Amino acid sequence: MAKSYDRLEGKPHLTEEWVGKAYTFVCIMFLVITISSMVYFVASKGLSTFLVNGVNVGDLLTGLKWNPEADIPLFGALPFIFGSFSTSILAAIIAAPLGFCAAVFMVEIAPKFGRKYMQPVIELLAGIPSVVYGFVGLSVIVPFFRDTFPGQGIGIAAGAVVLAVMILPTITTIATDALAALPAGLKEGSYALGSTRYQTISRIVLPTTLPAQMTGIVLGIARAFGEALAVQMVIGNAPHIPHSLFESTSTLTSAITLSMGNTSMGSVHNNALWSLALILMLMTFVFVFIIRMLERRSKL
Amino acid sequence: MTANAIIDINDLNLYYGDFHALKNVSMDIPEKAITAFIGPSGCGKSTLLRTFNRMNDMIAGTRIDGTVAIAGTDIYSNEVDVETLRKRVGMVFQQPNPFPKSIYDNIAYGPRLHGVTDRRRLDEIVETSLRSAALWEEVKDHLKRSALSISGGQQQRLCIARALAVEPDILLMDEATSALDPISTLKIEELAQELKDRYTIVMVTHNMHQAARVSQQTVFFLNGEVVEYAETERLFSNPTDQRTEDYISGRFG
Repeated sequence: MAKSYDRLEGKPHLTEEWVGKAYTFVCIMFLVITISSMVYFVASKGLSTFLVNGVNVGDLLTGLKWNPEADIPLFGALPFIFGSFSTSILAAIIAAPLGFCAAVFMVEIAPKFGRKYMQPVIELLAGIPSVVYGFVGLSVIVPFFRDTFPGQGIGIAAGAVVLAVMILPTITTIATDALAALPAGLKEGSYALGSTRYQTISRIVLPTTLPAQMTGIVLGIARAFGEALAVQMVIGNAPHIPHSLFESTSTLTSAITLSMGNTSMGSVHNNALWSLALILMLMTFVFVFIIRMLERRSKL
Repeated sequence: MTANAIIDINDLNLYYGDFHALKNVSMDIPEKAITAFIGPSGCGKSTLLRTFNRMNDMIAGTRIDGTVAIAGTDIYSNEVDVETLRKRVGMVFQQPNPFPKSIYDNIAYGPRLHGVTDRRRLDEIVETSLRSAALWEEVKDHLKRSALSISGGQQQRLCIARALAVEPDILLMDEATSALDPISTLKIEELAQELKDRYTIVMVTHNMHQAARVSQQTVFFLNGEVVEYAETERLFSNPTDQRTEDYISGRFG
């Protein structure tokens, strides 16, 4: 038998090793390239509004009028920024206590029932397409608000309620994981001192899991911030800062989806929409950064 | 067996679902002394300990018959308030479990639960509890520091101080030294000796030598039954049951 000089021959495990390494490397490179080219694309488009078209950054961030097709075009994006922040933060304010209490119920109060029935239902909630949420919001929540409060029904309140339901699964799932990961000894220690269940939850469970709970809330806000379709259906899309929660307004995402198809590539209007996208993307980075900080704090 | 019994157990049977964990247990535990429960793993010693502050209530499928009376009151009767019972019967666990709060807030946790809000009163309780647990000198200058920053042995003494802060009559120690190094263990044992003049202490230990060193009475458990209950000195020098002798001479367990 001739001696082989190829060190791979007759050693299939080495070949496997090499193929596996190469495959995972290609996959991760694909991801890295996709993400960095997207960031580059959005940034170059978004920045050209200021660099090529000469729009002032300050005007865009603080201007109150958005009228890109006028003779003297105005690019004040503050109403959109305000709309995005107010709907997502209000959604988190609605969803956070609901999610935490649902998690407490599933982990502390009825763990069997919770794991068997509640968890799948909540996961199902996450799988419903956003157009369905928007549709339900438009046909149930908007008429309800219109009949109950002064105003048109559409606006920040309707958007926040729809978003709250949409981000509830995220917040609940993370809260559930945080509660389940709490060392049993802490709760026992509290009960052994004569504490009631409520006292243990409010004085030990909630403060100890707070960083993890905050992670869930910030993730929820990030998701709400980026949601376009459902919000667009119930917010009204008027580009101004509203005087009430029940008055038509707009968000960064709804402004982009509504106008992107009607502008031509390279026009000022088109570039301005990319600038809105850039703001969205930068905000997402900020959210990710906050989550990282919280995770580090919860480990200490 | 003794005249001044504080815990009186009568024909106690306890089941976890189908598992018969305690079988016809009857005994009196005397006041202001240390009683040690020994026996191999799974013999029921911790289970019995946890009936005294009803910590077993939290395990689904636990069933109990017979009576456990503390100072004359059947603690499993409907009139008994579990929170009040646990305030009177403190517990220290195997793993030190300080809350992720400051040393001060750990001690003040119990008193606050039971309605103490006055700052000066709390300061007083924190100091006396830490002194009772022989920890005051070591931590008095950094009461605001996190309880998780002190050593394991200190954490366990902190947990003892935390239990003492609600002024219990009885202190249950569930293998309280098994996660600690020998020096910390010795400190806790010395502490138990000091505390027994003021509190009734019941300790579960898997360390026979510890039982011999610190307790006045020892109970030997096997498979959910009490095999022998005697004064510690007598039980270790002259056991009446063959199984006790086998266990303490290291032939099994």
